[in-house]
Amino acid sequence: MDLNFLDFERPIAELEAKIEELRHVADPALDIGEEVERLQAKSRHQTEQIFSSLTQWQVAQLARHPQRPYTLDYVQHLFTGFEELHGDRAYADDPAMIGGIGRLDGRAVMVIGQQKGRDTKEKIQRNFGMASPEGYRKALRLMHLAERFHLPLLTFIDTPGAYPGVGAEERGQSEAIARNLIEMSALTIPIICTVIGEGGSGGALAIGIGDWVQMLEYSIYSVISPEGCASILWKDAKKAEEAAEAMGLGAERLLKLGLIDIVLPEPLGGAHRNPEVMAATLKSALITQIDRLDGLSTEELVRRRQSRLAGYGVFKS
Amino acid sequence: MSWLRKLIPTRINAETRPTRRVPEGLWTRCSACSSILYRGELERNLKVCPKCNHHARLGARERLDLFLDPEPREEIGAAVTAVDFLRFRDTKRYRDRLSQAQKKTGEADALVVTRGRLAGIPVVAGAFEFGFMGGSMGSVVGERFVRGVRCAIDSRSAFVCFSASGGARMQEALVSLMQMAKTSAALNALREAHLPYVSVMTDPTTGGVAASLAMLGDINIAEPKALIGFAGPRVIEQTVRETLPDGFQRSEFLLEHGVLDLIVDRRELRNRLANLLAMLMNLPAV
Repeated sequence: MDLNFLDFERPIAELEAKIEELRHVADPALDIGEEVERLQAKSRHQTEQIFSSLTQWQVAQLARHPQRPYTLDYVQHLFTGFEELHGDRAYADDPAMIGGIGRLDGRAVMVIGQQKGRDTKEKIQRNFGMASPEGYRKALRLMHLAERFHLPLLTFIDTPGAYPGVGAEERGQSEAIARNLIEMSALTIPIICTVIGEGGSGGALAIGIGDWVQMLEYSIYSVISPEGCASILWKDAKKAEEAAEAMGLGAERLLKLGLIDIVLPEPLGGAHRNPEVMAATLKSALITQIDRLDGLSTEELVRRRQSRLAGYGVFKS
Repeated sequence: MSWLRKLIPTRINAETRPTRRVPEGLWTRCSACSSILYRGELERNLKVCPKCNHHARLGARERLDLFLDPEPREEIGAAVTAVDFLRFRDTKRYRDRLSQAQKKTGEADALVVTRGRLAGIPVVAGAFEFGFMGGSMGSVVGERFVRGVRCAIDSRSAFVCFSASGGARMQEALVSLMQMAKTSAALNALREAHLPYVSVMTDPTTGGVAASLAMLGDINIAEPKALIGFAGPRVIEQTVRETLPDGFQRSEFLLEHGVLDLIVDRRELRNRLANLLAMLMNLPAV
């Protein structure tokens, strides 16, 4: 299997290639089992070592890994009876934002998330996971639908950002995002947000206001992409690595700042190495939180959410 | 022409060049139409060019001073000041950028909030200082905004915000993004208190400020020809790889596309806002 290794994974890639090579040695006289095992252990050890001290930039690369599970991959693993619902009822259906109803462990929930494409054709169709105003408005429509039927809302965040295009501006990209922020702050249903890949700025936040905000271990969440930050502050997009480090966009760093509630551990080498295990971890975390939030009255739920939002910020006073 | 120019002695030649120097202090040049204007007249005209109607940018305090009744006034959240909690450093340290901006603008941060009156109507008004790190929104801006909204609720006042900002403050990383959520949630409380929020977008209002507090007005107003949008024009140009049409993302464009209620000339703003607020707040005509 081609795992599409990243630069910093080269030592692992080399070992894996060796193992693959050995397996193809067709001489039955040679007992290669032991050697393969030895190399596999070495590869595992190597992976553990590399992954125990990733830089912020390396985490960003993992978050954008071409084989990383996307929203619909998790939908497939997590929910039964899922029906995707389309359109903002005003202008269009935005394939960069998906939504629908499904059952999580028997319980009906509303699911909303950005969706990236896997191959070139789908990437273009999904606009690389960059939603337009109609995407955010579809999301809002579904949030209100969930509110009416008291379904918990689960959002999956995975976007480089909201789409910066001419049409998006004409149709009020900023208004669409802003509207979601104010509406989500007052929704009377439990909201659980999970950053599964890239949490890109306002485009991510527009479905990111919740009672519980969690991140997968190698996902990122930032106010601007490292490239964007580098080109503005360093006047050089090639300084993205430095910018990533300065901003601190990985889950662990954000947990320390108190901006998220929990980091969900990924399988060794990242979610794409074992999507089933990742989905199982995510599923049990979601069920735990829905159960917990179910215990709160609507007033208490909204009051806590709003006091959490009011508490964001570091200043002297 | 060039052969003739060569014949003219350089001293005379220099005087015929169009870049005549404007004497400092008394006179100034309109950045839009290049007319030479008498500074006193421009000030009396609220910094709107009498020749071409260009609305020059105003500082936060200047803005509030022109907008509110002279008395009473009380600043809100002045004690809230910035902390470099990430020890952020790009080509400069955030701490140094802060102190430079403070020296340059005389402000502690990019938002000033004042409680006062508009033609007698109780209002709390905030104004962004664009000169302070591009009016960027970090923790201090978010907190002062929220305190202003709370003060409006407590004193049953209208809330007015003049935005002028490039967006979130990158030096505060994700904490700055969360200010979008924080300010928007505060506006929900104002909404529930049935008090009006008027957002006045001035040149320029983009990024995280546009995509949160600026677009959430019960009434969205812009000054003429202000640049307003989510993504900056340069970013869009790089994305779509084409030159953007004239007037793209200007107030008039936004009005046409339905996200603004009104474009109001700065010189009429006090009267028209007082009229609107009095009607919304069920007060007698002013």
